[in-house]
Amino acid sequence: MTYRDAIREAIRRALREDSRVFLMGEDVGRYGGCFAVSKGLLAEFGPERIRDTPLSESGFTGIGIGAALGGMRPIVEIMTVNFSLLALDQIVNNAATLLHMSGGQFNVPIVIRMATGGGRQLAAQHSHSLEGWYAHIPGIHVIAPATLEDGYGMLLRALEYPDPVLIFENATLYNMEGELPAGPGPVDILTARIRRSGTHLSILTYGASLWKSLDAAGQLEQQGIDAEVVDLRSLRPLDDASIMDSVRRTHRALIVDEGWKSGGVSAEISARIIEQAFYDLDRPVARLCSAEVPMPYARHLEDAALPQTSAIAAAAKDLVSRG
Amino acid sequence: MPSLGADMQRGVLGHWLVKPGDRVSRGDIIAVIGTDKADIEAEVFEDGVVERLLAKPGDELPVGAVLATIRGDAGPPAPNEPSAPAPPPAPASVRASPLARRLAAEWHVDLASIAGTGPGGVIERHDVEAAAKHVPPPEPARPGASEPSVALSGMRRAIAVAMARSNWEIPHYYLETSIDMRTALAWLEQANAVRPLKDRLLPAAILLKAVVRALAIVPELNGHWVDGQPRSSAAIHLGVAVALRQGGLIIPCIRDAGPRSVDDMMQGLRGCVERARSGRLRTSDLSDATITVTNLGDLGVEVVHGVIYPPQVALVGFGRIRERPWAEDGMLGVRPVLEATLAGDHRASDGRDGARFLDALDKLLQKPDTL
Repeated sequence: MTYRDAIREAIRRALREDSRVFLMGEDVGRYGGCFAVSKGLLAEFGPERIRDTPLSESGFTGIGIGAALGGMRPIVEIMTVNFSLLALDQIVNNAATLLHMSGGQFNVPIVIRMATGGGRQLAAQHSHSLEGWYAHIPGIHVIAPATLEDGYGMLLRALEYPDPVLIFENATLYNMEGELPAGPGPVDILTARIRRSGTHLSILTYGASLWKSLDAAGQLEQQGIDAEVVDLRSLRPLDDASIMDSVRRTHRALIVDEGWKSGGVSAEISARIIEQAFYDLDRPVARLCSAEVPMPYARHLEDAALPQTSAIAAAAKDLVSRG
Repeated sequence: MPSLGADMQRGVLGHWLVKPGDRVSRGDIIAVIGTDKADIEAEVFEDGVVERLLAKPGDELPVGAVLATIRGDAGPPAPNEPSAPAPPPAPASVRASPLARRLAAEWHVDLASIAGTGPGGVIERHDVEAAAKHVPPPEPARPGASEPSVALSGMRRAIAVAMARSNWEIPHYYLETSIDMRTALAWLEQANAVRPLKDRLLPAAILLKAVVRALAIVPELNGHWVDGQPRSSAAIHLGVAVALRQGGLIIPCIRDAGPRSVDDMMQGLRGCVERARSGRLRTSDLSDATITVTNLGDLGVEVVHGVIYPPQVALVGFGRIRERPWAEDGMLGVRPVLEATLAGDHRASDGRDGARFLDALDKLLQKPDTL
């Protein structure tokens, strides 16, 4: 089974178990989804519940918000985070604000899924990691499942939430093979998880960078460096308690983020560590992020722009080096 | 942070029993300290008013770290005695990590005197630890790593460390003698006849008293082996090994046992055994003993060959007092007999010293009225 299959299974289960759930987006029906996540669902559930839309992100996201206000549980798929900018007004000005502006009367239980990240030679209009922008906005949850279990279980839990949840699926993960745990179910969407425990430094990361960081930790182990790898999972809210707990044990933090440094998730985490764990730090917080350029198309340039395993290992080594 | 044993390097402040502004006098219990072995009540050694509590409950601090400041009755502190944590903040020109600065302040390490080994000479945790000759606590176990089936308690670990070090470092010699206890027990019976129940003497009291007297004759056995040489001690602090019902053992100490009478010794013994078993030992109970006495006779053991508790240089063992055939002056009789043993550190004393000690012990126990 792949990460793609795990998400499809979660959508299928939600459609079966809850008649309020429906899927809506560009090419989700006849084409089976631009990343083939919804392949086969139209035949199984019909066009009422698997709804193809025109190229109109603002329009169908707004429809989703309205449906949620009306008691439905819409899953809105936006092809990539770059295209979601067309729906930014609906997400930021409506989905995120209505509970507040209605004095607590109207929840907006919408789930918006979108692909994020580079590494597939799709160039600068399809490859950015803008989840950090959404993590800026109060009123929405921003989550980034990196494992099959999370891809499946975080979607189910998101559908149970009364408020908008944005799910960022790194597009390089769709083909990742793995297994769901026996009897898979909803999993928590608020906390970080330690994916590898270690003592010398904490690598704080999420999404596709989690797997690169784990590979780097494996290489580091052979050099006697024991890295802890923390999967953030939720970018809003950030799980400060888990982050600080790890940093207080290792005293060194490396943040790996496919987004850009300036004003990004890594900047926020870094600031929180300084605010909450300053006296436990033995080194300045280190960050490894994408190069601050529009994502290049050329393979070698794209590789160079993204945080890669070798660069993560080198940055971690720097962080524990002496003299 | 008081030193509650020769091997103690750090302790955890359990909780405070005083707050700033409280008046304290010498001997008051002001805090509870957790060590590898037990929770210990920490006494204060001067009179005054608690000024500041510098350590928080749960803080793990090396021995010697300042826990609180007390303003003595003599008046406010002299101007050159800072009332704040002792080391002045490191000058800004010192390059040190926040963690290194915090640890240096807690452990009273002067950052200006340390060379850093971080990038560009920055002082990091490792450097402060080295300067404080501080052993870092074991890193927390990884979640998911397999645990030993029986977790070692702090006490078990402390015993393991001390005993392994003893057997590794100390060339033990063992001597053993049988002592006729008839006279001593008869004396004890008489003595107890005139004492109320709560003041009754146990055989242990006269044995301890005899040990103290014999040590005065053979002082080589009383003291410590430190830095490659023997340091015998003028004062005699008797460590008494007490087995705990929940397992493990602890060695509280009867301080200044030299001048104590038998009754006084009994009182000291009763007090420290009770406190040890109820887990309420005081700091003075655990100050370094100069010799240890272990008595396993109540469990029916006849002979004890003990392991010396470093840095001490001797351990006296007593077995059970039991009736045995006893030949004397060509006649066979039945006597209560005690097997007394001595484990000696051959670096600090020789078999002859040990033999003199056991001989003196025997002779003293034949004249209990002179104890």
